[in-house]
This record gives sequence, structure tokens and C-alpha cells, in this order.
Amino acid sequence: MSQEPNTYSALGEVGAVSEKRSLWQRLMLDLRKAPMTARFGMIVILGYIILAVFAPILSPYGEAEVFPEPYAAWSAEHVFGTDQIGRDIFSRMIFGARNTVGIAVATTLLAFIIGGSLGLAAAINQSWLDQFLSRAVDVLMAIPSLIFALVLLSIFGSTVTNLILIIAVLDSTRVFRLTRAVSLNVVVMDYVEAARLRGEGLWWIMRREILPNIMPPLIAEFGLRFCFVFLTIAALSFLGVGIQPPTADWGSMVRENASLIMFAQYDIKAGLTPLLPAAAIALLTVAINFVVDWFLHKTSGLRDEQ
Amino acid sequence: MSNKTKKGDVLLEIKGLKIQGFSDEKWHDIVKGVDLTLHRGEVLGLIGESGAGKSTLGLAAMGYTQPGCRITGGEILFDGSDLARLSESEKRAFWGNRMTYVAQSAAASFNPAHRLLDQTTASTIRSKIKPRAEAHSDAKTLYGVLNLPDPNHIGDRYPHQVSGGQLQRVMTAMAMLPRPDLIVFDEPTTALDVTTQVEVLSSMRAIVEEFNTAAIYITHDLAVVAQMADVIKVLRYGEEVEEAGTRMMLSDPKEAYTKSLWSVRALEKPIQKPSDTLLSLKGIDASYGTIKVLHQVDIDVPRGSTVAVVGESGSGKSTTARVITGLLPQLAGSIEFNGEALPKKLSERSKDQKRRIQMIYQMADTAMNPRQTVRDIIGRPLEFYLGMRGEKKEARIVELLKMIELDASFLARLPGELSGGQKQRICIARALAAEPEFVICDEVTSALDQIVQEGILKLLLRLQDELGLTYLFITHDISTVKAIADQVVVMNQGEVVEQGLKTDVFQPPHPEYTNLLLSSVPEMDPDWLTNLTRHRLEAAGNAV
Repeated sequence: MSQEPNTYSALGEVGAVSEKRSLWQRLMLDLRKAPMTARFGMIVILGYIILAVFAPILSPYGEAEVFPEPYAAWSAEHVFGTDQIGRDIFSRMIFGARNTVGIAVATTLLAFIIGGSLGLAAAINQSWLDQFLSRAVDVLMAIPSLIFALVLLSIFGSTVTNLILIIAVLDSTRVFRLTRAVSLNVVVMDYVEAARLRGEGLWWIMRREILPNIMPPLIAEFGLRFCFVFLTIAALSFLGVGIQPPTADWGSMVRENASLIMFAQYDIKAGLTPLLPAAAIALLTVAINFVVDWFLHKTSGLRDEQ
Repeated sequence: MSNKTKKGDVLLEIKGLKIQGFSDEKWHDIVKGVDLTLHRGEVLGLIGESGAGKSTLGLAAMGYTQPGCRITGGEILFDGSDLARLSESEKRAFWGNRMTYVAQSAAASFNPAHRLLDQTTASTIRSKIKPRAEAHSDAKTLYGVLNLPDPNHIGDRYPHQVSGGQLQRVMTAMAMLPRPDLIVFDEPTTALDVTTQVEVLSSMRAIVEEFNTAAIYITHDLAVVAQMADVIKVLRYGEEVEEAGTRMMLSDPKEAYTKSLWSVRALEKPIQKPSDTLLSLKGIDASYGTIKVLHQVDIDVPRGSTVAVVGESGSGKSTTARVITGLLPQLAGSIEFNGEALPKKLSERSKDQKRRIQMIYQMADTAMNPRQTVRDIIGRPLEFYLGMRGEKKEARIVELLKMIELDASFLARLPGELSGGQKQRICIARALAAEPEFVICDEVTSALDQIVQEGILKLLLRLQDELGLTYLFITHDISTVKAIADQVVVMNQGEVVEQGLKTDVFQPPHPEYTNLLLSSVPEMDPDWLTNLTRHRLEAAGNAV
């Protein structure tokens, strides 16, 4: 057998070796293949981020700077006019990106940290901890979250910290359910059992064995959850319990200028003014969903047949 | 089986068939110009490793390609019409009518929401071959021919209410119902236990003979194909290696590759004299919930030897492993390791106790985190148990890779970039990294091709030699036991039926169950199944 050309060698066995590319190269390759919608979404999100980060530089006036003329019409001086007490709407739109998006990001992150870690722990533990957390989450989810948030905000007061904490906790229930569900599929894998047999702790198993394998659905959920949080904040602001004046945010801007819509018959631009912040919200939501859709499609393993 | 030669006219002729598959954004050749001729009433065995293209070829014989595959050349002449040129709807007239298919996993192929009889007859009734009543009564007759219990009523059951072997036979009945000219069997017994396999094989063979149906039988198990086929074709990398009549092929294979396939079964380990006991289980009872799965299990494992635990699925082999590892604390009984009692629960065992007992899993795919590189997978136990870091760890990982006959080029690979055999080797390296004394191998070779299996078994034997390891080797495959074990424990329904040195257990007289198990292991003799069936019938006759 020794001189046989067909003798077996483990080294010679061919596995599927994919080309080695750096993370950057792979990213560029993916981006080049991304569909138009995803590219559009990414450009929009990038624009919002730039606006939010450089708000003080980009805006012509300050966030709470009051000018003598309230409800000014659109002009070279005030691109979108001024609001009911004479603040420049264009500037407030730019600052609104910072406040609304910033708070939404912080809230979503917090919701994921709380919901994700508890969901993972519940999936791994699968005993009293799982029961306790799951039932607690059921109770929280049984109450309509907007009404619950309203109640809590009226009890604790509408500060930015309270807003973030309350929405994060309420939203973490959804994140918990998702994380627990996808983790349950991974927890039964032999490699998790192998890690347990090795004697690894809960934290290691969560972070190193399970988390990397459930990232795709979580990232997709992050995008969607971000939209919901964003809308919740805008809705709360519209109802007057969200971000408090003079801080600019799109939700309260819609409410403050809502009456302008009645003047649309005299000046179409005046009618548009309250819709601008609403459009900003809508555009970001759409953009994020485009990117999330693409990401989901990419990681779901669905392949376009030929 | 009598050595049938040509039984009739040519039914199927494949000429220069080429099939490509799409993966990694490229088209790859899967079948590279294969010729095949099948006569009426003839059974052709297709064998080869995974990736040899045998399933693709088997499906192509019906004019079907899996999604992501395409036929790029050649002809498939079935009774005069070229299936490669026909449209989907024209081919549908053949499918489920003149040609049928029996899939590997019957359990996954049946719809759990419909009764077996309806599923058996559905396609025959739909293509208007037989009216409903006739189809139903014929299906019941076929159930009887296939030796299914209570043929008149078994069809009223749902798929989960019958066993895997019975389901596989129902599927054969479904394939046989329209009295096709051609049946393609795609590894129909691979997922079954040996004792069940025998029953399914003999009923399949009987029915193919009775109706003089031509069949293509795809398998990677030589001994099985020897029982079923008149002609054997060996495939490798999408090309034909050789084709010959079964007897001819078994006694005198021409090609080196075929010979190497044949030689795998010849591996046999010389027996090691038992030394002091490393691990002993005494009176172990264990249960899942309220269902008791282990009854008074006593097993002694001598240091430096291999104890093989054999039995069918559900016999408690894997549960025994879970008790030893501490994943499933036993209800009663004790485990002694190195003379000390081992705590029941994993969490009560010390890090050192955990280190000394390592486990290798059946499915290497799921035993490794797909997001970790080989470096991380092997490196973690080094860091965790032995506190190695940095260069020292790296050097040790490379050393371990050499030990399993791989090299440093594998360090940055992910499990998805390894072949099945390489994956299992990395799992072995991970177990070795902990410097264990005792390694539990749970069906480590059963998911692998024969040649790769041989490589893994040789590696395990060599490592045992070099490192003085002790193995508990769980398997249902008797030829693997012959290859690797010193001692054998036979388990059935949670009890130890027999245990002792390999030579003693494999020598008669046997307890009844061992006898059944051993005699059910297919041998490389084309007459084996015929003789076995006759013996069992006679024995049954004598008993009555």
C-alpha cells in the first residue's frame, strides 16, 4: 500500500478554503455588491450622523436663540422660518438630529445591553432564572408600552435620563424575547456543552460561545428597535412628556408648529413647516430599514439562484 | 443473491453526463462525464465518499438536478427519451410513475400531519395510475410484502407512530406502488441501526426481485451494496473509478482506490492486557425526568486500554457518557476515577477532575464554534487548564496540530473551511490540549467516510500508544469495535448485556441480544444476507 498514489493524508484532504481577505477588503466587497436601496440608506444615515455630530458648526443659529419675529416665513435669513417664539427652525432641525437620534441610540443600546444579557443568561440557565425573567417580561409586555411609559414618566418626571431608562427597560422586553429565542437554538449545540464540560463560566459561554453566533438577528433587530424607540420618543415628545423645551427635538417640533398647517391655504411653505421634522423622522426610519433588510438578506444565507 | 447478469433490455443509458454546481459564486464540476448503463431488473450500486457525486448522479438518472445544479453535457436516455432535454412538465410524467425515489431520511421526508396510507398512495392516485380504492388495497399488500406489522392497519398511523425502519419501508412501498421501471435508493439504511437495517435491506431486496424492478442503490457502505447490487460502480470526485459485477468487484478490485476502500474493514487492533482500573461505574441508575434510561450499569475501564460500548440507538450508550462527564447526575450508584469517588454534578468537580476527562463528539460540525478559529478552539483549553499564554501557547497549538497530522497553516481557519475528517481531528486536538487521561469518543467516526474513518481510527490508536490514553469508545458499528477496542460492553435498553475482552465477547456463545447484534452486521459477502435470512427463518421455524 505504501507506494499507492491514493494513500490517505489528512493534510491533503480538501476542505472549503475561502480566500483570505482582511475585514476592510470584505467590507468594501460587500458594499460594492449592496443594492441601491441599501446604499441610499447608508448615505442617509451617514448624513444624519454628520448633522448630529457637527450640529453647532453646521447650524446658522443657536438651538434656543430667540428672534423677534415668531412664525416668520421662509426666507434667506431663516431658511425654514421661525417657530412660535421666534427660534430658527432650520437650526433646531439640525440640533434635533443630535438630540433625538442621540437619545434614541443611547436608549436602544441600553435596551440591548439589558435585554440581551438577561436573554442570554435565561437561555443558558434554563431553570428558575429563565422562569423568573420570562414571566416578569410577560407582565411588562402585557401593558401597552406607550401608556406604561406615559404613566412612568408622569411619576418620575420627564428628564432625559428618565426617558432613556424607562424606554430602554420597556423595550428590553422585546430584545429579551428575541435573544432568548435565538440563543436557545445555539445553547443546544455540542460546542456549548463542550465549553460547559471544560468548566467555563456563564459569562464566557455568553460572550464567546453564543453571542458571536446570534449576532446577525440581533443587529437586524437593533436597526428595527432603533426605529421604534425613535418613534416612541417622538410620540412622547409630541404628547409633551418627552424631551422638554428648550431642547430641540423633532417630535416636539411637530407639536409646537402643528397649528401652522392650517395656514397652508395661504402659504404652502408655512403648511410644510411642521411636516419637515416629521419627514426627517420618516426618512431616517426608511433608510435604516433599507440597510437592515439588506443585512438580513446577506446573513440569512438566502442565495439568489443564478 | 444469484449472480444475475443481464436481465433484460437496456432501460437507462447515461452517456458522458456532466453536472455543475454553484457555490462560492462559481460553477464547479460535480459530475465529470460519467457513463452508466442499467438493464431492466438490474440493481446498480453506486459507492464513493461524500462529494463523489453519487447522489447527484442518482438524481440525474431521473432527470432531476438539485437547486443550484445544472446539467452541462451528456445524455440521459430513459427508455428512449433523453431526460436531459425534456422540459420539467414532460419529466413530471415520468416521476412518481415510471421512476421513483427513496430518500435517506424517511423521518424527514414524510409529512407529519398526514396518515401513512394517504402519503403512500398520493402520487399514484394523482397521476391516475390506479383509482383510489385499488391503490389503497395495493399499498396494504405491499406493506405485507415489506414485512410491516399489521399491514392492513399500519397505514392509518401517522409518521411519528412508527419506527424509523418501518418508515423507511413505508417509503419503499410508496416508491413501489406505481410499479415503476426504476427506483433510486439514496442511502436508505444509513440512518438505521444494524438490526433494523437487516430487515429493511432484505425486504427491499425481496420487493425489487419480485417485481423485477431496476434500481440504483446509492450508499457509502460496501457491505450493504454487496447484498443489494448486481453491478457496482465506484465513483470518486465525480468520475468513475471502476465498474464490475458485484462478485468480481469484491474478490478482485482492479483500481488502487477501490482496494483502499476495501482494506478499511481489515483494520484490527491487537488486544491490550488489562491493567489497573482507571474508571469504574458501579450500579449506575439514571433518568431523564421520570423516564429511567440506565439500570444498574457497571463498567470497568482499565488504564491505557479502549473499552467500546456498543448498542443500538436508545440503548443508553450516550447517557452513560453523560453520567461520566457529570452532565447528567446519576440517581444511584457511584463513579470512581483513579480510585477516588467522582462528584455527581459537574459543578462539584474540580477543574483538575474536569481536565482529566475529555470528550470528542459525533458531529464535529456542531462540536466546534463556527465563529472561532482553529487557534482559538485548541488554544482555549491550554489557557484555561494549563495557564499557557502568548508564544508558549502558540507553540503548543502547532505541536498539537502536528500530532494530529495537520500543520500551522490551519491556525487561522474557521471550522467551515475544513473537511469532515479535519474537523474531527481538530476536535481530537482540543481534547488532547487538556492533557487528559480519559477520553470519551461518542460515535466519532460514524459521520465520516470509510477512508477518513480509517485515518481517524489510526490516529486515535497512535495517540493512545504515545500518550497512554484511555478511551471509552461509543459506537454502533461493529467493524469499528474490531479496529479499536480491547474490551467490549454490549448495552441494550439501558442495561449491560455482556462485557469483557473483545475476543471473549465476539466468540460464541453469546447472550441472545449480542447474537442478534453481531449477526446483523453486514459482511462483505454477497451471500451474507441470503444466508442470514434463511438462518433466521429456520430458527424461527424451530422455535414454533
